[in-house]
Amino acid sequence: MASPKAFKKIYTQLEAITKATVSLHAQGVSNDELATVEGRLAQVVKTKGDLVTLQVFAGTEGIPTNAEVSFFGAPPTLKVSDQLSGRFFNAYGNPIDGGPEIEGMEREVGGPSVNPYKRRQPSELIPTGIAGIDLNNTLVSGQKIPFFADPDQPYNQVMADVAMRADVDKIILGGMGLSNDDYLYFRHAFEGAGALDRIVSFVNTTEDPPVERLLVPDMALAAAEYFAVDKNEKVLVLLTDMTLYADALSIVSNRMDQIPSKDAMPGSLYSDLAKIYEKAVQLPTGGSITIIAVTTLNDGDITHAIPDNTGYITEGQLFLRADPDSGKVIVDPFRSLSRLKQNVQNKKTREDHSQVMNASVRLYADAQNAKTKQENGFDLSDYDIRCLDYAVEYATRLLSIDVNITITEMLDTAWELFAKYFSPAETGIRQNLIDKYWPKKAE
Amino acid sequence: MNTKGKVTGIVSNLVTVQTEGPVAENELCFIDLDGTNLLAEVIKVNGNKASVQVFESTRGLRGGASVEFLGRMLEVSLGPGLLGGVFDGLQNDLTTMSDVFLKRGEYTDPIDRTRLWDFKPLAAPGDKVRASDWLGEVKEGWLPHKIMVPFKFEGEYTVKSVAPEGQYKVDHTIAVLTGPDGEDVEVTMVQKWPVKVAVKGYKDKPRPQKIMETGVRIIDSFNPIAEGGTGFIPGPFGCGKTVLQHAIAKQGEADIIVMAACGERANEVVEIFTEFPELIDPYTGRKLMERTSIICNTSNMPVAAREASVYTAMTICEYYRAMGLRCLLLADSTSRWAQALREMSNRMEELPGADAFPVDLSAIISNFYARAGMVVLNNGQKGAVTVIGTVSPAGGNLKEPVTESTKKAARCFYSLEQARADQKRYPAVNPIDSYSKYLEYPEIIAYLDERIEEGWVQKIIKSKMLIRRGKEMADQINILGDDGVPMSYHEAFWKSEVLDFAFLQQDAFDAVDSVCPMERQKYMLDLILDICERKFSFDNFEVCRDYFKNLINILRQMNYSEFHSAQFDNYRGQLTKLLEENGKS
Repeated sequence: MASPKAFKKIYTQLEAITKATVSLHAQGVSNDELATVEGRLAQVVKTKGDLVTLQVFAGTEGIPTNAEVSFFGAPPTLKVSDQLSGRFFNAYGNPIDGGPEIEGMEREVGGPSVNPYKRRQPSELIPTGIAGIDLNNTLVSGQKIPFFADPDQPYNQVMADVAMRADVDKIILGGMGLSNDDYLYFRHAFEGAGALDRIVSFVNTTEDPPVERLLVPDMALAAAEYFAVDKNEKVLVLLTDMTLYADALSIVSNRMDQIPSKDAMPGSLYSDLAKIYEKAVQLPTGGSITIIAVTTLNDGDITHAIPDNTGYITEGQLFLRADPDSGKVIVDPFRSLSRLKQNVQNKKTREDHSQVMNASVRLYADAQNAKTKQENGFDLSDYDIRCLDYAVEYATRLLSIDVNITITEMLDTAWELFAKYFSPAETGIRQNLIDKYWPKKAE
Repeated sequence: MNTKGKVTGIVSNLVTVQTEGPVAENELCFIDLDGTNLLAEVIKVNGNKASVQVFESTRGLRGGASVEFLGRMLEVSLGPGLLGGVFDGLQNDLTTMSDVFLKRGEYTDPIDRTRLWDFKPLAAPGDKVRASDWLGEVKEGWLPHKIMVPFKFEGEYTVKSVAPEGQYKVDHTIAVLTGPDGEDVEVTMVQKWPVKVAVKGYKDKPRPQKIMETGVRIIDSFNPIAEGGTGFIPGPFGCGKTVLQHAIAKQGEADIIVMAACGERANEVVEIFTEFPELIDPYTGRKLMERTSIICNTSNMPVAAREASVYTAMTICEYYRAMGLRCLLLADSTSRWAQALREMSNRMEELPGADAFPVDLSAIISNFYARAGMVVLNNGQKGAVTVIGTVSPAGGNLKEPVTESTKKAARCFYSLEQARADQKRYPAVNPIDSYSKYLEYPEIIAYLDERIEEGWVQKIIKSKMLIRRGKEMADQINILGDDGVPMSYHEAFWKSEVLDFAFLQQDAFDAVDSVCPMERQKYMLDLILDICERKFSFDNFEVCRDYFKNLINILRQMNYSEFHSAQFDNYRGQLTKLLEENGKS
C-alpha cells in the first residue's frame, strides 16, 4: 500500500468524529483517496465544499480533535508480482507472516469492470469430488457462488477441501472476520497439502477492526486480476465471510446518516456486493477468476437482505444443512443451485448427467413428502417406504460433504440406487438412457 | 454558449455542482477529471446548486473540477445497424471498445458511420409528411429498415427532394424537406431522441388485437400475452426467471427483440452473445442475433447508467415500431432499475417511501409500461412494442413496492414460485396465482376463436378449474390421509397432476420440448382434457397413482418426441392402449 506524499500538507483540526468516520476542512482532496488519521488508514467517502468525511478503517477510538491527517493523493493500491505467492497479508496488503515486503507494480484496487462483450462463456468444469456439488450443482470456472450456511456448519472446512481439490493455478483467500482458529485451520490445511506456493491470503480476523474488512475483497481480487489477466492463470478466490463484510458496510453507512433499507443494510448493498462478485470472469486469453464465498445465515433465513441480494448476484448458491436422517452435513439439493451447470453437464460429463440429477432429486422430494405423511401419523405406502430408504442412502452416499469420488462414480452410484429402490418408470428418465445405463440384474 | 460550473460536493456518484448560468432538469454535463470527461445528468436543482448523477465512477474527482453543461438531455442515436449490436446503458457500442476493461470516459458511437446501405426512396417530391413518416428504406439484415422523418419534427413538411436509389452512408443527406416556416432541412439516416420521452408520431393506439406466441405452453395457452401487451415475471432467485426469459427471447413471435440486461449478471449476457449468433429464429430461419439488440448494463457497471438502460432499450423498440415492426422488450430486471432510483434518492437525502424506495416509484414504473402498445401508424400500417419485465422481489416476498407497483401497470402476471422450483416443476409459474388480463378482452377471445378454435378460452378456464380442484383435493388428502378420502379425490388430484406434468411443465433445455407451437399445444391439451373427462375405476389409491404415473410418463415421452413422428405415434398408441384398459369416455 502506498504512503502519504512527503510534500503533502498535514491537517490538525477535525470538525466531527463518529465511531467510524472523521470530518475536517481540507483542500484539493479527491474522492476515494486514502489518508492517515493519527497514523490510522482512512478513505475519503464524502466531500461537501471543503468539508471532507473520511472512514477510518481501524475505528476512531482515542482519536483527538487535533489528530494529524495527511492525504495520499491516491486510492488504495496493492503491489503485485509473483512474490505474492505463498504469503499472508492483512487487509491493507501488508505482510503478517514475518516475511519481507512485496516488490512489484502498484495496482489500484477496486478498479474498473471487464467489458461484458470481451468475456467468454464459462465452460470449464471444476470438479470437487463432493457429489452434492459435482452431481447436482456442477461448478464452472469463471463462476461466482456462495455457500449459504448457518454459523455452526463446517463451511470453511468444505471450502478448504474444494480449494485443495480444484485444478487451479492460484488460490486467493480473502478472510473477513475469520476467527483465529479458522485462520490457523486454513494455514495448516494449505501447508499440509504442500500447496502454499500457489496460495495468497488476505486476512482480517475477529481481533481486527471490522471496518478494515471492507478492503479485503478488493485486495484479494486485485491480486486475482494480476494472475488472471497478466499471467493468464486460472484463479480461485475464496471469500469468507461475506455476511461480516456486509455488516461492516452497514456500520459505515449508519455513521454517515444514510437512510437504511431492508434489515438496516445500506440502499446500495446490491451494487456493493455486485462490484465484488462480478469480478468473476472467464477471459478470452484463457485466464479466469472463480469466486467461492461464504454467506452465513441466521437460522437458515435466506430472505434476510444479505443472502437475498447475494442470491440475485451470484450464479447460484450451495446450501449446507445437517440431515438428521443420515447424520451427515449435506449439500441441500432443493435450495442449492449452480446456474452455470448447463454449460458443462452432458457436455463435459456423461450424457446421462442432467437426467440422473433431476430424477434423483425428484425422488428425494418424494421422500420428503413421505416423511411429512409419516410425521402426521398417516400410513405409508410401499412407494413411500422405498423413497424413505432411498433418501437415507442418497444422503449418505451422494449428498454428504465427506464424499470424494469422480463424477462417473457419482452417476453409477445414482443408477445403483435407482435400481435398488425403484422401477425404471418411477424414475421418469428417458427410455434411451434407461436402456443404456439401468444396471442389469446379475443372473 | 453552454453553462459552466464547478464541483463542490461528492458522495459516491452524486456530485453537487455550483452553476454559473441556467441549467435544465435532466440536462447532461461533462465533468473534467484530469482530462477525462465524465458524463452526468442533472437530477435536482436548488438555487445555483445542481445535483448531478455521474454515469461513471467518481474515484479521484476533486472539489473545484470544472463542469460543462451540454444543453441536451440523454439521447440515443437511431439509425440502421442497431440490430445485432451490443450497447451499454448509454448506448455506447461495447463491441468497438478496445480494452478488456471498461475505461472511464470512453464513449463509442453506436452507429457505424462508414458502412454503405442500399437505399430505396419511398417518398416523392411534393409529398406532405409528418414526424415518423417513411422517406425511404434500407435492408437491415432481412428487415426493411425505414428511414423516417425525424421524430423531433413538428407540423407538416413538404418533401423537396429524395436521394435516388443507391448506396449511401448513414450521414448522407437522403432527403430535403421544406418546413411549415418555408425553410429547408436536410434529413440523414440517423436521428437522435431523448430516451425518457415517449416517441409519438402514430395515428392511433388501439387495444391489443392478437396474441404474441412464445412456444411456452403455460404462457401461450394458460396466460397469453398480447402483441403490444405488458407482462411481468416476479420470482425469488433460483426459480428460473432467466431461463424463462431467454426462452421467450429465443422463441417469441416478434420481428425485433431488445434485451435490456439491467443490473444483472454479466455471464448471462455472455450466454446471449455466445448462443444467439448460433441459434435459428423459428419464424424466419435466420440467425437469432440478426433480430436482437442487447442493452447491457450489468450489476457492476455504474448505477446511474443502469437507470438509463431500460429507457434506451424502450426508445430503440419505439423506433422500430414506427417502421411497422413488432418489437419485444425484455427488461431484466426492473428491480435493479428501481434500486438504482433508490440509491440516488437516498444520496439526495429525500424522504423515503416504502422500503426506502422513492415515493414516485409507482408512477415511474407505470409511465414506463405505458410506452408499450400496438399502434396504427400514419400510413395505416401497424407496429407493436410488447414489454415483459422481470422483478426480483426481496426475499421472494411479493408484497414489496416494485412488485406491487408493477402489478398495477402490467396486464400479465407470471408468478414464479419457490415451492414449484424446489420440486423441479419448471417453468415454475404458479398456475393458480398467475393471470393474463387479455383472456378477458373480447378482441382477444375472438382472435383465439379464429386462431385456434371456437371456444378455446372456455377450454382454458376449464383447465384452470381442474388445476384448482386438484390443489383442493391434495390439501384434503394431506389433512385426512390417503385412506381417509374417497377414491374420487385421488382421481381428481391425479388428473390435475397429468395436466401439470404433461402440459404446464416444459423442459427448456430439450431441443424438442422447449418450443411447442400452438397447434401442438392444442393437440396435447385436447388429449389431456379427454383423459380428465374419462371415468376410471381403481381398487385403491396406489393403483390409481401408479396408473396415472404411467400416463404421465407416456405423455412426457410424447413431449420429448418430434410432433407426429413415428416415435410420437408409438407413444400415442401406448397411451390409447393404457386408456382402453381403464377409463371410459
